[in-house]
Amino acid sequence: MTGTTTVPVGPSGGRARTGELLLEVDDLHVEFRTRSGVVNAVNGVSYTLAERQTLAILGESGSGKSVSAQAIMGILDSPPAVITGGGIRFQGEDLLTMAEEDQRKVRGPGISMIFQDALSSLNPVYSVGYQIGEMFRAHRGTSKKDAKQKAVELMDRVRIPAAAQRVNDYPHQFSGGMRQRVMIAMAIALDPRILIADEPTTALDVTVQAQVMDLLKELQQDTGMGLILITHDLGVVNEVADDVAVMYAGKIVERGTVDDVFTDAAHPYTEGLMASIPQIEAKGGRLRPIVGQPPNLAAIPSGCPFHPRCARRRLGAEAAPGRECATDVPPLRLVAPGREAACHYSEEVLGV
Amino acid sequence: MSEPSTGATAASAEPAASAGSTASQAAAGGASTRGALGETLLEVKGLKKHFPLTRGVVLKRTVGHVRAVDGVDLTLRRGETVGLVGESGCGKSTVSKLLVALEKPTDGSIVYKGRDVTKLSKRGLKGYRREVQIIFQDPYASLNPRMTVGDIVAEGWSVHADIAPRKGRLQRTQELLERVGLNPDYVNRYPHQFSGGQRQRIGIARALALQPEIIVCDEPVSALDVSVQAQVVNLLEDLQDDFGLSYLFIAHDLSVVRHISDRVAVMYLGSVVETGTDAEVYGAPSHPYTQALLSSVPLHEPKLRGQRDRILLSGDVPSPANPPSGCRFRTRCWKAQDICAEEPPALVDRGQGHPAACHFAEARPAVVEGR
Repeated sequence: MTGTTTVPVGPSGGRARTGELLLEVDDLHVEFRTRSGVVNAVNGVSYTLAERQTLAILGESGSGKSVSAQAIMGILDSPPAVITGGGIRFQGEDLLTMAEEDQRKVRGPGISMIFQDALSSLNPVYSVGYQIGEMFRAHRGTSKKDAKQKAVELMDRVRIPAAAQRVNDYPHQFSGGMRQRVMIAMAIALDPRILIADEPTTALDVTVQAQVMDLLKELQQDTGMGLILITHDLGVVNEVADDVAVMYAGKIVERGTVDDVFTDAAHPYTEGLMASIPQIEAKGGRLRPIVGQPPNLAAIPSGCPFHPRCARRRLGAEAAPGRECATDVPPLRLVAPGREAACHYSEEVLGV
Repeated sequence: MSEPSTGATAASAEPAASAGSTASQAAAGGASTRGALGETLLEVKGLKKHFPLTRGVVLKRTVGHVRAVDGVDLTLRRGETVGLVGESGCGKSTVSKLLVALEKPTDGSIVYKGRDVTKLSKRGLKGYRREVQIIFQDPYASLNPRMTVGDIVAEGWSVHADIAPRKGRLQRTQELLERVGLNPDYVNRYPHQFSGGQRQRIGIARALALQPEIIVCDEPVSALDVSVQAQVVNLLEDLQDDFGLSYLFIAHDLSVVRHISDRVAVMYLGSVVETGTDAEVYGAPSHPYTQALLSSVPLHEPKLRGQRDRILLSGDVPSPANPPSGCRFRTRCWKAQDICAEEPPALVDRGQGHPAACHFAEARPAVVEGR
């Protein structure tokens, strides 16, 4: 899976993107060593991100989607978290082998991240202008006065009304959508090459969500940055992303363009997710949920981690040799042009 | 009646199915004594709840009111699901608290089976609270961590002892757990031993234990993962069919509300702006706010992407402590004219087929229909 270049955009997408490869995550493993045992949060995740590309990482809670992003940002709580293997290369340099201070110098202006909960991600005792300006003071050595000036410019850029007056306001004086804009302003302050958005709109109402997603898209068009969008919302993925990687139990189980994956899933988990959500366009029949609960990451099922919940699993004599769902781990493999899935029977799921 | 299974640890589907019928007979109790489907159970008229804003610690002066709910009309018929949608802060959760009599309304009436709940005596309220149960949003905060699952489900019977004779309570509890798709052997476990979806099932079993007529579901699936959310939605639908329940389903997820509801009411800043059947509200939204709301929902089919006109609302919801004059939505509305600031629009049908509170209501297909 290493060195897999990004999948070409299908003609239906029509979303222009080519460019230099920014980020390569290669067989990343993260585990949490707790007193009650080892929790395997990320088990061999690989992906790449190019300039102007929007990659969505889709998964439910506990799928490892946020942990892998935190590993890239170097903000894992360790201990208990330990990166046990793999590499993270930003513009060709492996971040994990660097000294910590060097990592900071690379990440500071290069990669930034926004979080779900804007209120708890901002410091309540500093004005937003001070917090946005901190980026310039810490990484560029800008003076306090100039930093505040830049903060006003950034607040204008993320379309916070009356930025010059509001620069001295505190986070609690802003609404949820505006706080998220403040965070975006901080994140884009140093013109990063990569922006990681971890559930950026989950706490927001739909009308505000649409505003924030539009803003992110527009900023991406202006700056050409790569965007990693971590979410559990299939609708947001469809509206915003070019490519999608579906995660389950710390692994990528399916990957491809959004158009391909959402039109015809190649992994039973993706297929199950699609059938689980009600449509807004029409009143459908009964929902077809995935049975059971997401796995416990301290005791991930053997073989394919999805097999206990899978409607298409083949066990024992039913299975093809070497493709027993409960014992043989399915590798993430090319199942159709530009499509990868980690299922022994993807061809059946796809119906090809 | 399918897939109420909860993974490797829980009961398989078949015993749950067979036990379901016995539990349904037991729990529905006097199903035969119930009225006909479609009869009006609950009628809410002009419901208001204003929370005082105070200043000062010792001498509290009231300096204003937050008009959380400001004139809501709703009707709930037997066996029906009414969806209440709106964004955060629109007052939908306050409505749910008023309906289960956890808050006293400032004004307006809640008429349940012909009697005004706001004027009920203590004893009358006790009976009302048994018949109108609630399921909360957060399955982590709404279950007492120091009580076993069995005690949580059976707690209501200590107040309403007539429903379950003391002797058969354990068995009844187990039947209820089985009915909501949990392993009946788990009665002695504690809430922390369950996942979010399973906890929500415990909350549902607790509501069912008192054989309610109405269950107010306050965001019952918003805290759950997509795959588990569908299981709980299906369970709620099955229980409705089996027990003849009526739901008031409060949520901000427009797709889920459409899926489960027979009729839908859209709230904005304390009042209902549009109401109708799901097909009317979603197929021909006629209030500008509903149109904007529906056009903002991200669609999850690639072929529908970019197929509709997005209405991007500017600005934020005004503060309910100081709402705009006239129409509440006029500050963000592209249709607003002078009359909107002067006269609050009534929630009536202006020729678009269903009631909408807009002077310039006009049906407009906001979402791509069909496929």
